[in-house]
Amino acid sequence: MTDERIKQFEIRHERLKELSDEELKAHFWDLCYKVVDPIVELARTHTSSSIERSILLRMGINSHKSHGIVDAIHQAGLLGKGAGHVLLKLSEKLGMDVKAAGDAILEDKEVLNGLFAEVK
Amino acid sequence: MAKKMKPLDPNEKLDIEAILEDLEDYRPPRKGWTWRKPLPKDTQIGPFQYKQVSAPLKNSLPLPAAKYFGGIDPQPECVITTEIASGRFEDDIRRMRMAAWHGADHIMVIRTAGQSHYDGLIEGSPEGIGGVPITRKQLRATRKALDLIEDEVGRPINFHSYVSGVAGPDIAVLFAEEGVNGAHQDPQYNVLYRNVNMVRSFVDAAVAKKLMASVDMLQIDGAHNANATAREAWKVMPELMVQHGINAAFSLKAGMKKELISLSTVPPTATPAPEVFLDLPYAVALRELFPGFKMRAQMNTKYMEADPREVTVTHAMNLLISRLTSVDIQSTITPDEGRNVPWHYNNIRGIQTVKQTWAGLDGINELVSLKMDGPLGEMSRDIRERAVAFLEEIIEVGGYFAAVEKGFFVDSAQYPERSGDGIARDGDGGVAANSIVKRDADYMAPVCGHFGNNNLPEGAERACDPVGGCTLCHPELIAYIDELDTEDSVAKRLEATYPYRKGNLIRPEVEWAGDGVVLLQMMIPDNEDYAREAGLEVARHMGLKDPQVINLMVLHPAEGCFLEVKGKVYFDIDRTTLKIPEKVELLPEEELREAVKKTSLTVVAGTVGEDEHSVGLREILDIKHGGIEKYGVKYHYLGTSVPVSKMIDAAIETGANAILISTIISHNNVHRQQMTKLAELATEKGIRDKVVLIAGGTQVTPEMAAETGMDATFGRGTKGNQVVDSIVKAMRARNLL
Repeated sequence: MTDERIKQFEIRHERLKELSDEELKAHFWDLCYKVVDPIVELARTHTSSSIERSILLRMGINSHKSHGIVDAIHQAGLLGKGAGHVLLKLSEKLGMDVKAAGDAILEDKEVLNGLFAEVK
Repeated sequence: MAKKMKPLDPNEKLDIEAILEDLEDYRPPRKGWTWRKPLPKDTQIGPFQYKQVSAPLKNSLPLPAAKYFGGIDPQPECVITTEIASGRFEDDIRRMRMAAWHGADHIMVIRTAGQSHYDGLIEGSPEGIGGVPITRKQLRATRKALDLIEDEVGRPINFHSYVSGVAGPDIAVLFAEEGVNGAHQDPQYNVLYRNVNMVRSFVDAAVAKKLMASVDMLQIDGAHNANATAREAWKVMPELMVQHGINAAFSLKAGMKKELISLSTVPPTATPAPEVFLDLPYAVALRELFPGFKMRAQMNTKYMEADPREVTVTHAMNLLISRLTSVDIQSTITPDEGRNVPWHYNNIRGIQTVKQTWAGLDGINELVSLKMDGPLGEMSRDIRERAVAFLEEIIEVGGYFAAVEKGFFVDSAQYPERSGDGIARDGDGGVAANSIVKRDADYMAPVCGHFGNNNLPEGAERACDPVGGCTLCHPELIAYIDELDTEDSVAKRLEATYPYRKGNLIRPEVEWAGDGVVLLQMMIPDNEDYAREAGLEVARHMGLKDPQVINLMVLHPAEGCFLEVKGKVYFDIDRTTLKIPEKVELLPEEELREAVKKTSLTVVAGTVGEDEHSVGLREILDIKHGGIEKYGVKYHYLGTSVPVSKMIDAAIETGANAILISTIISHNNVHRQQMTKLAELATEKGIRDKVVLIAGGTQVTPEMAAETGMDATFGRGTKGNQVVDSIVKAMRARNLL
């Protein structure tokens, strides 16, 4: 594998040595973006428990409760909606503020049933 | 808002208990990173002009040799870092104050072992291991102390920790809320060194970075860990460029500003390697590929051993490379990092190494320039070409995740060669594998500082409008937890250390109040094996508990070794029993010279009685040793074993203003008798009012003057200026001057 890679490198090198310093730098950055672009897209379209906890923290819910609420939302299959979104929707449904809606989930996660019609 | 604390008094210790009050209501006075303010070129400081300095401090402690230059304390124009994390933040903040006085304005707190695998935030104030558990309470207390400290020294202090692990976004929110000014953030660090699942790491990192950007927090990347980990660190230079590039490009895409992205660059090798020849091309290549980004120069710690002298020289070599290229944030390495968790005074030594080396190198780039048309330019170009080829291959094999799976990173061979010892990670493996969830089409995050797809209701001005505001816009919404475990807490620890902080007990310390650790240095004239055991026995005989040899240097295989042995004392010193000798304020040097000149001050001097010891007296007299001659005093040296009567006669004959006698021998109180005799004889001869009588010697104390009738008496270690000062003062008191 190494021999093949060195051979490959020699071919690349023949090409790269023709580039000016500026061109080499521009090529470096093009390649960096090519490497990260698909990962940025992945990040744009996905979430995680930690990300959702960070949203609840920003909504003024303490770390201890955020943990339990996000776990319950995850188990209910609603993480893809966004935990903040779930709390907002639940608060509207139950006629309470978002913090109280969070407490309601901690008390009984059944309150999440049927919150989003399309989720079974 | 929390009650405002009164400004610090430089003569008072930090009041830790007061800092811990009202933390629930504490808000950081500012957010974001602060750079130093450079002064114009050729700014005058004392007798010199400087090219690379920033505004001076209101309160600081200069380098030891500064006393020869009017006490100047030039502050370099770059931010200087010190890393402080002993496991107890209440002790660390005292060290932060010491560090600020010596010139640090970037305080980095390392996290406790295991925090990067902790799924969520830690709360309260538990004790840490090898670092501090980063919690809201700890951050607030530390930031609150730093607010006071930065006012005391007169320069903003940046507070810094780490946004990594499986709770990156949680921690990023915490930092953004609490005004942490800078943080390490690099998903590659999670992947390679913490084995956190790579997909999860990058998805989390985008949100963490966006949050950091929302409060202008400075980011430092983690590339330097590759050369701290790779077996032959100097061969991973092309990869370092790639790692810097990946994190920098990802950070820009996540919304960070280029000027707040800092590359953590470490000279990859260390002496006895030909360090500058290997490391300078790397430093140059990096700056060529990354213009506009900030450079954070970290020290090489990979090859660090237990000898602080060796570490300090490595540090100075690294500082030379920083100055020959460029740097925005300069790290410091505590010279004891290779042998223990850093001690108080070693943080200070690391900072002093930067201040000293850079004061010495100030303006070097106006005298010398790098020779690019030679090996330096060629090696820099070679590193860059290899880095580009590395990136091309990443794309060829299917992208970043595929490359990590194939073990592309932290391989110890120089690319394109491979040793096969790279760190390979499975995309479906590691901590928190398969834990990301696709955002639905109607995904919503009704808060500010969020990254990625977000379907906010139409018409919302701020992202947090739908929920009536978020903590980034309304800090009063932050939910504060004080303690979850009152047993493992700062309150409990402070109770135990109270006598050492606020009571009258004194015990030496290196990390924690009352830890009792002391360090012995000794030379043992035996081989390594025997020297080690003998050193431990010496420490035990001296009453030290748990002695440990922490450094051993062979001076010769048979002739002996230098040893450093640490141990603990468990006794306390009661402060109220200590007698502090009265301090004599010396007259200014110029005033002394003038007075001497005015009276043509003359003295007679000699050792008296049967005493042949003249070394001490010569030191007091001779200009070479900073003696009284330096101030223009004329002296008649009468020799050794001079009878007291002869001293008196000589004084009358020469019209001397003072008689200086020295007496070393003290058995049967012969020194006291000689002094008394001198005073009596001077009275008899009628000159007591006109001459100043001074005695000195190793067994002489300042208190003896009164009992023997001398004007002043001096013991061991006395300098010429003290003697001149006492003569001038005595003459003034009698209107002789």
